[in-house]
Amino acid sequence: MGFITSLFNAMPGAVAQGLIWGIMAIGVYITYRILDLADLTVDGSLCTGGAVCVILTLNGVPVGVAIVCAFIAGLLAGLVTGLLHTVCGIPAILAGILTQLALYSVNLHIMGFGTANGSKANLPISVDKYDLLLSSRFVRDLSLRNPLVILVLLFIVLIPVTYCFFGTELGCALRATGANGNMARAQGINTNFSKVLGLMLSNALVALSGALLSQYQGFSDINMGRGAIVIGLAAVIIGEVIFSKVFRNFALKLLSAVLGAVIYYIVIQFVLKLGLSTDDLKLLTAVVVALFLAIPHFKGKLGSGKMKKAAGKETGANA
Amino acid sequence: MLELRNVTKIFNPGTINAKVALDDLSLTLNDGDFVTVIGGNGAGKSTMLNAIAGVFRIDSGSILIDGEDITGLPEYRRAAFLGRVFQDPMMGTAPTMELEENLALALRRGKHRGFGWGISRKERELYREELKKLELGLETRLHSKVGLLSGGQRQAVTLLMASLKKPKLLLLDEHTAALDPKTAAKVLELSDKIVNETHITTLMITHNMRDAIAHGNRLIMMNAGHIVLDISGEEKKSLTISDLLEKFNASSGNAEADDKLVLG
Repeated sequence: MGFITSLFNAMPGAVAQGLIWGIMAIGVYITYRILDLADLTVDGSLCTGGAVCVILTLNGVPVGVAIVCAFIAGLLAGLVTGLLHTVCGIPAILAGILTQLALYSVNLHIMGFGTANGSKANLPISVDKYDLLLSSRFVRDLSLRNPLVILVLLFIVLIPVTYCFFGTELGCALRATGANGNMARAQGINTNFSKVLGLMLSNALVALSGALLSQYQGFSDINMGRGAIVIGLAAVIIGEVIFSKVFRNFALKLLSAVLGAVIYYIVIQFVLKLGLSTDDLKLLTAVVVALFLAIPHFKGKLGSGKMKKAAGKETGANA
Repeated sequence: MLELRNVTKIFNPGTINAKVALDDLSLTLNDGDFVTVIGGNGAGKSTMLNAIAGVFRIDSGSILIDGEDITGLPEYRRAAFLGRVFQDPMMGTAPTMELEENLALALRRGKHRGFGWGISRKERELYREELKKLELGLETRLHSKVGLLSGGQRQAVTLLMASLKKPKLLLLDEHTAALDPKTAAKVLELSDKIVNETHITTLMITHNMRDAIAHGNRLIMMNAGHIVLDISGEEKKSLTISDLLEKFNASSGNAEADDKLVLG
């Protein structure tokens, strides 16, 4: 009984965290599913978003402006990866790793802005002293400052806006670039521009997610983005596995990535309450994502195996 | 309208694998020309089309369309002038996008793509009409993902996409080679119809000498990056396969065995 009560008590927090990571999952969906690129920049840009948001807020910038700046910082991070990939011809996955590595130093300096040695790995911010948009403190409040309310409102705006963007000529060009780059160029689409734009938007959403996460948890930390890409992929894939039969519309597909993130955090809470050490979380996440990524592959193999068998039987019958 | 001036393209220059794919090639097409291109493997046919389309940069020479030098333009900018259909039916369409979305992408070729809607209600009528002309029953499948269509259907759709926004030049790169004979004939007939109705200047590569003779008003034969034969008008109309074969062998020497195979 105690287990269930404590699990139940942990639910609002898990859902809030899941929703915040859901923004990040939409970012990952843009690169991984729409552009067909695996972008590892996100491990760095998540923290960049958090660092920019916290340092600006601490220095007296209104929190709304700080969040917008975090978004812009994400755009820039994506721009760097995009240029490394398109202008310099570096494979996308490597371009992302390079930016991510560089961002580690950049993030330390952002958080260390104004300090003696100009570098800091962790930056706390108190909701008592600053007027933050959301905080885990109020996650059980029945009021408008409850982060769950704020996050749901955010998605009511974010998902339709993203949906509409991908319905525009520009958005269609992005989708065509991911679906068939060769065809896109033959139809006059600058695929390099599409890729850079997609990477920028994706990382901007990831940085936005980082900005909200740092406010929610009350600090930004140099390690907050470690393994973020895997969590983002987990959200996208869990969402697809569970909802793909029902959700066919593009807006609903975005929603399923968000719900995937929420489910991921609920499951994490569950296994933590069962007694799993937080140290083992990343191992568990990696194993789960590897499994989900492998399933379609093995399904395909199994399918063709069956076909071969069936074909064999048929020829046997004919003979 | 299309002019290739002394175009040279060398793949892997300076290595043991260096290959002169286009060797000081010059060619001028007149408005409304429908040119069939034949030649053995490695003669430079596809390289010539890809050079025109801007898939790679040429090493020397220049390419002009209607007097405008497009040699330095990237592939996506040249698309404004060109309609292209590829040998591989999978290459010309986006499989995960709907049929109408593919057509909408093609209708906006050469146009600035901004925040206007990617497809409008008015266009759907146009798409339905154009698809009806293909006589493949595709007009009822506007919302189907193109990946679900057969190779022949996809090739027909690519052909429609290439001509939907009338290009200055249509490039058909062995676009029926990967299809079964019946579908190939259908797609070829469709190509003929489109070219004859719209009078788009067209370059069509084919491996089939019979098709090369039967279609178009002009025929060119390539070998080793050169044009070795250029026949048009009445002379082309009276051309027979054996004439062509003789000329083919005279120009390419030991390739005789190959084309006998092609002709079956």
